[in-house]
Amino acid sequence: MVRVDGNGTSQSLIQVRNLGKTYRRGGEDIHVLQELNLDVDKGDFVAFMGPSGSGKTTLLNLLGGLDVPTRGTVTVAGDEITHMSAGKLTAWRARHVGFIFQMYNLIPVLTAFQNVELPLLLTSLSKAERRKHVETALAVVGLGERMNHYPRQLSGGQEQRVAIARAIVADPTFLLCDEPTGDLDRKSADEIMELITRLVREYGKTVLMVTHDPVVARRADITLHLEKGVLVEAREPHSIAAEV
Amino acid sequence: MKFRSLIFANLFRKKLRLVLTIGSFAVALFLFSFLAVVRGAFNRGADIAGADRLVTINRVSIIQPLPLSYRDKILRIPGVKAVTHNNWFGGVYQEEKNFFPQFVIDTENQRQVMSELQVPDDQWQAFLKDREGAIVGARTAQRFGWKIGDRVPIKNVSYGTAATWEFNIDGIYHSDRPGGDETQFWFQWDYFEERVPQSFKGNVGWYVVKLDSPDYAVSVAKAIDDMAGNSSFETKTETESQFAAGWVKQFGNIQFLVVTIGSVVFFTLLLVTGNTMAISVRERINELAILKAIGFNDRAVLFFVLSESLTIALIGGLLGLGLAMLAVPALGNALNGLLPALVLSKAILVAGLGSAVIVGVASGLLPGIGAMRMRVVNALRRV
Repeated sequence: MVRVDGNGTSQSLIQVRNLGKTYRRGGEDIHVLQELNLDVDKGDFVAFMGPSGSGKTTLLNLLGGLDVPTRGTVTVAGDEITHMSAGKLTAWRARHVGFIFQMYNLIPVLTAFQNVELPLLLTSLSKAERRKHVETALAVVGLGERMNHYPRQLSGGQEQRVAIARAIVADPTFLLCDEPTGDLDRKSADEIMELITRLVREYGKTVLMVTHDPVVARRADITLHLEKGVLVEAREPHSIAAEV
Repeated sequence: MKFRSLIFANLFRKKLRLVLTIGSFAVALFLFSFLAVVRGAFNRGADIAGADRLVTINRVSIIQPLPLSYRDKILRIPGVKAVTHNNWFGGVYQEEKNFFPQFVIDTENQRQVMSELQVPDDQWQAFLKDREGAIVGARTAQRFGWKIGDRVPIKNVSYGTAATWEFNIDGIYHSDRPGGDETQFWFQWDYFEERVPQSFKGNVGWYVVKLDSPDYAVSVAKAIDDMAGNSSFETKTETESQFAAGWVKQFGNIQFLVVTIGSVVFFTLLLVTGNTMAISVRERINELAILKAIGFNDRAVLFFVLSESLTIALIGGLLGLGLAMLAVPALGNALNGLLPALVLSKAILVAGLGSAVIVGVASGLLPGIGAMRMRVVNALRRV
């Protein structure tokens, strides 16, 4: 169950307490996130919405260990990541986080197979084991036949599927999706959301997703609204969609 | 190595740029090798000179003669083991371009003093019995396809009117020192004395003095020059190494030229490859950020960048050195003995490859450190 009041149990997969992030620009402090609390359980599918500059991506970066907060803590599966060294945080990301970005961010000179294999290069798996994992991940996203294609030979939707395969291939603790359908047409966006939903429903993945699109947000179990750096009451995605 | 596909895929990302960068390395290494070979050729005389030998020339110039009578006087100086003398002949074989050094030698002492230039005994004995005989260095024999028993005409204009001197090839000498001079052509003093005009008779070009020990070098050199002091033929005596180095200096400061040109080439190469690597890293800063996001650590990112620059350097370096290995012998033949033997030694190859590696690492280091220190969120924000 997702909570934003800071009263979640210690059993939550992700616990965020009093999280704050302040940037200093032009001599002025900009408080992007303020005293933010969040509890997410395993298998939850959470969508974050909010206007540009509200701190959605910053929150995602903090949850994924890509950035460090100004104050507060983030604890994932018992690991308090906010005070980890950069090196430990990198290793932690490899083990626990799968990233899916708006622009897919595939390496253009690598094939779909090689792109998906990247996270596994950091493990001790043998070549044969890596191949098996990659083939499975590509099969899950429906691109088993396109593993030798380069990103330029794939459509936007297919590229994002490869990116999803890359995110799930090492079986991370949770997935962070930053506008995963932001660069796709409606049909492709629906297909990608179908896939992400399936990862949650069939494979029990925990997904935290930032989106501007209320239709996309409706796929999530719950939508949290970020305004001026503050997580406001969770409301039913349907009602938010209706507002827009 | 499981990162190989990633490194090579990045290398071949911009094929034209890769080819040009490798090409610049190859050209630089070729030039480096060539300069080092030329420097080595000029310095070889000094490098392999006998430590226990002195060379005595006319104080005015080497082209001025010395009297033959000095030989016995030099031989009487304490510390002198043997003395031999040579004259420069300056002839050509068939045409001007077929230049090689011909020396008139003192057959009695040549082998004792110049012991590293070895002639088989039977060939030497045949040479001594043949007034028109000649001993030729292996390299010159190979160059003209001469073999023992051949009769060779040498045109000469230095001694009186133009004349063709006929010689019989009685032997072929080899040097037992790596890179030793195997281009000389020797013939007998008696034959020379017999044919040159009266004004040239009894004069030698220079003396080569073999010492009992290198420790006598200073005292014997001083004694020889004192002996000839205030005469019409004052002498200048120095160690063979000093003599060879002085000879090289006549061509200018080769060492300075080689070091300067080499340094400029490598500094330019460093700028070119450094710039190329910086552009390459900047172009894919987002991809490197993704690698870091999914768990590749800073050292891995630095490793990728350095691997690329090092691979370019190694391929370019090996290509350049390979070209040099092909070109140097061809160039040596084309020069027809105008320069001492051009030798592309293992030391030059190792130094060249070492320099390529250093430049490769140096050019990749700054962009690599930049990529290593890059903050993922900043890099992703640039998309």
